Amino acid sequence: MTSQIAARATGSPIINLSVFFVFVLITLFIVYKVTNRNSTTSDYYAAGSAFSGVQNGIALSGDFLSAASFLGISGAIAVHGYDGFLYSVGWLVAWLVALLLVGERLRNTGRFTVGDVMAYRMKQRPVRAAAANATLVITFFYMLAQMAGAGGLIALLLNVHSKSGQALIITGVGLVMVFYVLVGGMKGTTWVQIIKAGMLLICVTFMSVFLIGKFGFSFSAILGQAAQNSPLGGDLLNPGGWYGSNAMDQLDFVSLSLSLVLGISSLPHVLMRFYTVPDAKEARRSVVWCSWSMFIFYLSILIVGYGATALVGSDTIVNAPGGENSAAPLLAFKIGGAMLLGIVSAVAFATILAVVAGLTLAASASFAHDVYANVIRRGKADPRSEIRVARLTALVMGFLAIIGGIVTNGQNVAFLVSLALALAASANLPTILYTLFWRRFNTTGTLWSIYGGLGSGLVLIIFSPAISGSSTSVFKGVDFHWFPLTNPGLVSIPLSFLCGFLGTILSKHPSDPKKQAEMEVRSLTGIGTRT
Amino acid sequence: MNKSVRPPAAMPSERATGLGFADRGDDIGEPDFQAIQQSPEFKVLRKRLLWFVFPMSAFFLCWYMTFVLFSAYDHEFMSRKLFGAVNIGTGFGLLQFVTTITIVLVYRRYAHKKLDPQVDRIHELAGVGKK
Repeated sequence: MTSQIAARATGSPIINLSVFFVFVLITLFIVYKVTNRNSTTSDYYAAGSAFSGVQNGIALSGDFLSAASFLGISGAIAVHGYDGFLYSVGWLVAWLVALLLVGERLRNTGRFTVGDVMAYRMKQRPVRAAAANATLVITFFYMLAQMAGAGGLIALLLNVHSKSGQALIITGVGLVMVFYVLVGGMKGTTWVQIIKAGMLLICVTFMSVFLIGKFGFSFSAILGQAAQNSPLGGDLLNPGGWYGSNAMDQLDFVSLSLSLVLGISSLPHVLMRFYTVPDAKEARRSVVWCSWSMFIFYLSILIVGYGATALVGSDTIVNAPGGENSAAPLLAFKIGGAMLLGIVSAVAFATILAVVAGLTLAASASFAHDVYANVIRRGKADPRSEIRVARLTALVMGFLAIIGGIVTNGQNVAFLVSLALALAASANLPTILYTLFWRRFNTTGTLWSIYGGLGSGLVLIIFSPAISGSSTSVFKGVDFHWFPLTNPGLVSIPLSFLCGFLGTILSKHPSDPKKQAEMEVRSLTGIGTRT
Repeated sequence: MNKSVRPPAAMPSERATGLGFADRGDDIGEPDFQAIQQSPEFKVLRKRLLWFVFPMSAFFLCWYMTFVLFSAYDHEFMSRKLFGAVNIGTGFGLLQFVTTITIVLVYRRYAHKKLDPQVDRIHELAGVGKK
C-alpha cells in the first residue's frame, strides 16, 4: 500500500522533469539577461548595491526559505508534530535579531563580506583570516544540508532508489548551481532567489488555503484529523514527539531552540544580502518585507505539515523514498495530482539550487575578498584577479558540495541545518555584536570569540550523538561520542561570548579609539559608506 | 568633555577608487569621526537606538525562551486544550508569530520617527549630505 502510493507519486517523472527544466531555463535566461559581465568586484559580490529594499527582502526570505524550511520543516511537523513546529517559531523570531541588532549596522559598515565588519577596526590580516575560516566552515555545513535535501527529493521525484543514481543527479544539480554563480554573480543569484521565493510563497499559500477549505475552514479539524492519522495519536499535537522527555533530551531541545533563534542572523550568505541594497533604510525595509513573507510562509507550512499527516498519513511519509523530507511533495500529489507534484518539486529543486548558489557565492566572496585580496596580497590585488579567484573558489565549493551531498544523502535537512546554525551563532554573532556595540573590544577579543565559538562548536558536534553512537547519527556502528547533546549551541554560544570578553580584558593591546569612532559613527549614520 | 566641538564640515567622503578596506590609511577628505562621535547630536542618536534595541531584544529573547522552556519542561501545561484540537502550546507558538510581527512594525515606526531624522541631522552637520 505504502509503496504503491510512493510509486504512483513518482509515476510521472516526465512531467516532474519537464516542469523543472522549464524553470531552470527561464531562470538561466533571466540570469543571462540581467548580467552585464560583472566586471567590478562590487557588481559580482553585491550586485552594485542596486537592489531595492523590497526586492532584497524577498530575496532575503528566498535565501532563508531553503530546502530545510520547506521540505525539512513540513516533514518534521508531519511526522513529529509539535516539536517540528518549534523550528518554524524559532526561525520567524530570529529575524528580529537581524532587524534590531545586525542588519542596518552591517550595511553601513561592511562592503562585501562578514570579514569587512569584523576586521573594520582590528588588525586586518588575522581577523580577516579568522572570519573567512568561520564563513567557509559554516557555509560548508549549511550546504551539506541543502544537498542532502536534493538527494531525498530526487529519490522521490524520479523514483531513483539506487545510491549511485542519486549521486549522479546530485552531481547534476551541483553543476547547474555552479553555473549560476559563475555567470550570474550576486545579481543573477538574487534574481533567481526573488523568482523562487515568489513561487514558493504562492505554492504553500495555495496549498494551505486549499487544505483549510477542505477541512471546512477549521484549523482544529486539520489537527484532529492529523492526530488520528499519526502513530503518535493525540501526542502529535503535544510537546515531546521528537525530543523525548528525559532530562538530556529536554536540554537538547533548549540548545536547539537557542541556535535557531540566534543562528540565522549570523549566516554569511544571509548577512551578505544586506550589501545588495544602497543604504541602511533599504536594509531595514528588506528585513520588514522578509519578516512578512516569513510570517505567511511559516503559518502556511504549519498547515501544510499537519495537512500532510491528515491526508497522506505519517507512515506513508516515513516509508516513502526521501523519508520525512517528502511530506510536502506527497501532499501536493494527493491534492493536485502529478502536475502540482511537478510544480512543488520544481520549486523545491529551485530552492536548493538558489540557496546553494547563494552559499557558494558567500564562500567564494569570503575567500577571494578576505583571504586572497587582503591576507595573501595584502590589499594589493586588482579587482579582476579577485573575481577570477572568486570564480575558482566557487568551482571548488561546488565540487565539495557535490561530494558532501552524496555522503549526507538521506539525513533530515532541518536537523543538519540546525548544526550549521549553531556554528554560525557561536562564531559570528558574538563577534559582530561586540564589535558593533562594545568600545573596548579589540583584536584579541575578536580572534578569541571567533575561534572559541567555531572550535568549541565543531568539537562538540564531532563528539555528539549526531555524528556517532545513536541510531540516527551520520556514522552508524561506531561510537566515540562523549558530549550528550546533539546541538552544541547551549554551550558554544555563551562560551564564545565569554571568550570574546576575556580576550578583550586580558589583552595588552587596547582597541584603536580613532577607528572605533569611525566605525561607530559609520554604523549608526552611514557617514563614509560607499555605495 | 569637548561637547561644544561641532563636527567640521568636511568634504564628502569619496575615497579613492580601489580595493576596499585594505587601503584605508589616508584620512584625506574623511569626516572627523571622533568629533562627530563626541557631538551631542550623535550621542542622542546612540542613546535612542540603544535604549530601543537592547531592551526590545532582551524582551523578545526572554519571551521566546519562555515558550521554549514551557515546551521542553511542562508538557502537561502545553498539552491542555484551548478549543477543539488546538492546545496551549500551539496557541503560545502562534502568539509568538503575532508578537514578532508587532515588534517589527513598532521598530519600523520608531526608526522612521526617531532615528532617521536624527541621522539626517548629523549628516547635515557633518556636511556630508544625504545620498
